[in-house]
Amino acid sequence: MATQVAFMPGTRAKPKTLEVIWSWLTTVDHKRIGILYGVSAYVFFLVGGVEALLMRLQLARPDGTLLSAQTFNELFTMHGTTMIFLAIMPMGAAFFNFIIPLQIGARDVAFPRLNALSYWVFLSGALFLHSSFLAGSVPDAGWFGYANLTTRQFSPGSHVDFWMLGLQILGLSSLMAGFNFIVTIINMRAPGMTLMRMPLFTWMSFVVQFLVVLAFPAITVALILLMFDRFFGTLFFSPAAGADPLLWQHLFWIFGHPEVYILILPAMGIVSEVLPTFSRKPLFGAPVVIYSGIMIGFFGFGVWSHHMFSVGMGPVADSAFSIATLLIAVPTGVKIFNWIGTLWGGAIRFTSPLLFALGFISMFIMGGLSGVMHASPPVDLQQTDSYFIVAHFHYVLFGGSIFGLFAGVYYWWPKIFGKVLDERLGQVHFWVMFIGFNVTFFPMHFLGLIGMPRRIYTYAPDLGWNFWNFVSTVGAFIIALSFVVFMVNVAKTSRWGAPAPADPWDARTLEWTISSPPPVYNFAIIPTVHDRDEFWIAKYGDGHGAPPRKSAPAPPVDPASIHMPPPSYWPLLLAAAIVLTISGLLISMYQVILGGLLTLYCMARFMLEYHRPAPGGHH
Amino acid sequence: MGRARSPFRVPTVLLLIAVAVVLSSCGWSLWDSPMTTVKPKSDFGKGIQDLFMLISWWTLGIFIGVEGALVWACLRFREKPGQPIPKQVHGYTVLEVSWTIAFAVILLIIAIPTIQMIFKTQEPEAASALRVDVAGRQWWWEFTYPEYEFSTANELHLPVGRQVAFHLHAPDVIHSFWMPQLGGKRDVVPHRVNRLTLTPEIPGEFPGQCAEYCGTSHANMRFRVIVHSKENFQKWVAEQRKPPVEPTSELAKKGQELFAQSTCVGCHTIRGVSGGAMGPDLTHFGSRKTFGANLLASTPQSVAKWIENPAHMKPGALMPDLGIRGEQSKALAAYLLNLK
Ligand code: HEM
Ligand SMILES: [Cu+2]
Repeated sequence: MATQVAFMPGTRAKPKTLEVIWSWLTTVDHKRIGILYGVSAYVFFLVGGVEALLMRLQLARPDGTLLSAQTFNELFTMHGTTMIFLAIMPMGAAFFNFIIPLQIGARDVAFPRLNALSYWVFLSGALFLHSSFLAGSVPDAGWFGYANLTTRQFSPGSHVDFWMLGLQILGLSSLMAGFNFIVTIINMRAPGMTLMRMPLFTWMSFVVQFLVVLAFPAITVALILLMFDRFFGTLFFSPAAGADPLLWQHLFWIFGHPEVYILILPAMGIVSEVLPTFSRKPLFGAPVVIYSGIMIGFFGFGVWSHHMFSVGMGPVADSAFSIATLLIAVPTGVKIFNWIGTLWGGAIRFTSPLLFALGFISMFIMGGLSGVMHASPPVDLQQTDSYFIVAHFHYVLFGGSIFGLFAGVYYWWPKIFGKVLDERLGQVHFWVMFIGFNVTFFPMHFLGLIGMPRRIYTYAPDLGWNFWNFVSTVGAFIIALSFVVFMVNVAKTSRWGAPAPADPWDARTLEWTISSPPPVYNFAIIPTVHDRDEFWIAKYGDGHGAPPRKSAPAPPVDPASIHMPPPSYWPLLLAAAIVLTISGLLISMYQVILGGLLTLYCMARFMLEYHRPAPGGHH
Repeated sequence: MGRARSPFRVPTVLLLIAVAVVLSSCGWSLWDSPMTTVKPKSDFGKGIQDLFMLISWWTLGIFIGVEGALVWACLRFREKPGQPIPKQVHGYTVLEVSWTIAFAVILLIIAIPTIQMIFKTQEPEAASALRVDVAGRQWWWEFTYPEYEFSTANELHLPVGRQVAFHLHAPDVIHSFWMPQLGGKRDVVPHRVNRLTLTPEIPGEFPGQCAEYCGTSHANMRFRVIVHSKENFQKWVAEQRKPPVEPTSELAKKGQELFAQSTCVGCHTIRGVSGGAMGPDLTHFGSRKTFGANLLASTPQSVAKWIENPAHMKPGALMPDLGIRGEQSKALAAYLLNLK
């Protein structure tokens, strides 16, 4: 590409780091984009974690004075928003990016530049949201921002604006990525890889992409209505003008419930890869796991009002949503049986990825069962908006998603970075995190049952809440410690770790057939697939008499003959222009207009980039 | 890659500790705390509690079965040195179908009483019910008794044994009305009237609190419920219906004058004196043990301090600082506390 050449020709004199940075800024390689997602997600995970520690410090004792009411409200809003949209979702995206093309035997995603654009839009949305700290106007209305508290009348200033516009930007990124991966998974699978031969992680991610493209429009609409209310004086959420504030709750949760499956399904996919590898058996009842993933995705759109059992929908609606919620627990529970069935009769090796996967299963069971409790509306009336709910969703989101994602981190680290993370430290990380997690969140069940509401920055000393709150704070610091261990592990491994072989775990799927880390073009020759456990059967046969499938050594391929898409800086510039436009709403209409024009210009350049052949010939 | 030598020492110890904690907590006074949900004092609370226990036993059973199977599989099927590749089992349809059905049946067992309870707890109120209009406001509670034609704030008085029908409404944003010992919560939504009916069964004093995040001082939006015997309730009603008492001390008299002259009257009602509707009715302020949404004890010092700077006592409080200081605030406090 012309600009690439213009910047780098014979630049021996230029410092090498600049070139490196530039190559990351303009990369369209799915593996590098995956790493960018992962690193950003981890940084935001730490930010959200620090926010959580501050809140736990405030709540360690009754009548806490560390934080003001306003600060505490800002912290829980940013903590929730950050963990969901800036930590767990992009950590999932990191694996979609890095792993899916490798698992389906592709050289990249369907639209590499769109993929880069998704990342840069995500990052700029995240930075925009966090710029509220610099502006001293941090969002403070909770991660689900219930109207009408979020209207200008009750939330003056730009606190809520940052949240509303930030989420809008992040939604844009998710939608682009969603479409990209749907097309990728449908079109780019290696020959022979039928849908039912697709690895489980890819399958669950596939379901997630549909949830993303179907659920995000709902919140987009809600945010647009709110934006009109806040900026242009419409009255969609103003009860004084006859509006029903429950409109927001319906729109939000019809997005929000699928969203929780967006957060958990990637982890379920990871666990479904890790368990077979380390018990050296295929996934038990894989088709059932796949179908139940699809069912979860489908029913996930029919249960949103279980977040609203206390709003007074009436007995018929309460009953309907209760039954739907109990129904969705069936495919969720069935997966757990299948995972245990996978371990059953296996030869289990207790490595750190497996430990995290087991942590996922055992903790997710707890979260699922407390979910069944508040699927019963009368019971939920005592539990909703109390610490019991806080316990529930941390058992599914931390005990579930985070444990599952870290199973993936330990499992795929050698593939991504070419070094196996230290096993001892990995196990220490797991146990410290597992203990810390339970010490933090188990007592919250008690607190909820003895009446502690969520989202309170202080409480009276005579309510019996003191002891367990203190315990919970101690637990939070144990969790923090476990991440120190993780970072020590990363540092130690990158400094002294030995290079990883292509297949360090004796695994089963295609990504382990190529070197660690993989070459830019992934597969020199696109493989032909005969089975879900393609690589395992190639190594050991199908276990029913068929011999290992030793394919004839492929003729060597000259990497130079493989065309990969060239880097481009238009994704980065386009993302910047978009954020310039949207942030203009908070600064000046001139900025909106200028940004809008720039966005159009960048879009045109982005689209027309390949209409002119680059000097190096066509890509 | 390394292998843990004994991966089960830690989990076993943990499991034992967890079981000990849970078992011992069953007998704890923990469950008797002032905002407990598991020692209900009304028909509504009891219905919920029965359902909760039913679901808890089933889920506990599933929990033990499934976690047990998981731990057992981990113990039993550890790789042994030199072990050949295990049999490649892909599934077992009969087993998969049966556990799916078993699980669905358990959920059905939960669903049936759930639906019954939904309809039972949302039945229309009885004609003989005591109606109380509850207004959730940033950040305090207003309780109006249409039958007796007065209203009070932050202290809800109820008779034992008579059905109460709460009509909930919100002049500003969404709140949630929750008295944990008397049963589940119900949101208080602008532009709607939600209902909650229950019959208190035991006299006593129970704290309540807003349970839907409603802005800065959400955590301070508390109240107290006092369930009286029938006679005591009637006595309380009679007291509340009386006109405000006239001040006796010099200081209180001065306070009365000040009150009538200053902006207080724009927001507060004292029957016969003023008719403001933004803030709590103060006609019988002195009869209430706490104020500021059950945040502060009603003492001369704390009332005076509140008048001088409400937002200091309760972050974000919508009552403005009126510039009243020193002697004046003391006089006002004396007047208000005199309003028994
Ligand atoms: C068996 C499976 C599950 C059932 C039956 C279930 C049920 C429920 C119900 C009824 C609620 C509403 C509670 C309330 O607000 O009063 C709820 C809340 C929630 N659930 Fe689940 N759930 C399940 C699994 C999950 C999973 C897999 C996730 C995410 C990974 C999740 C995340 C959440 C979150 C974040 C909330 C609270 C949202 C909020 O109010 O802030 N749940 N769940
Ligand atoms: Cu409230």
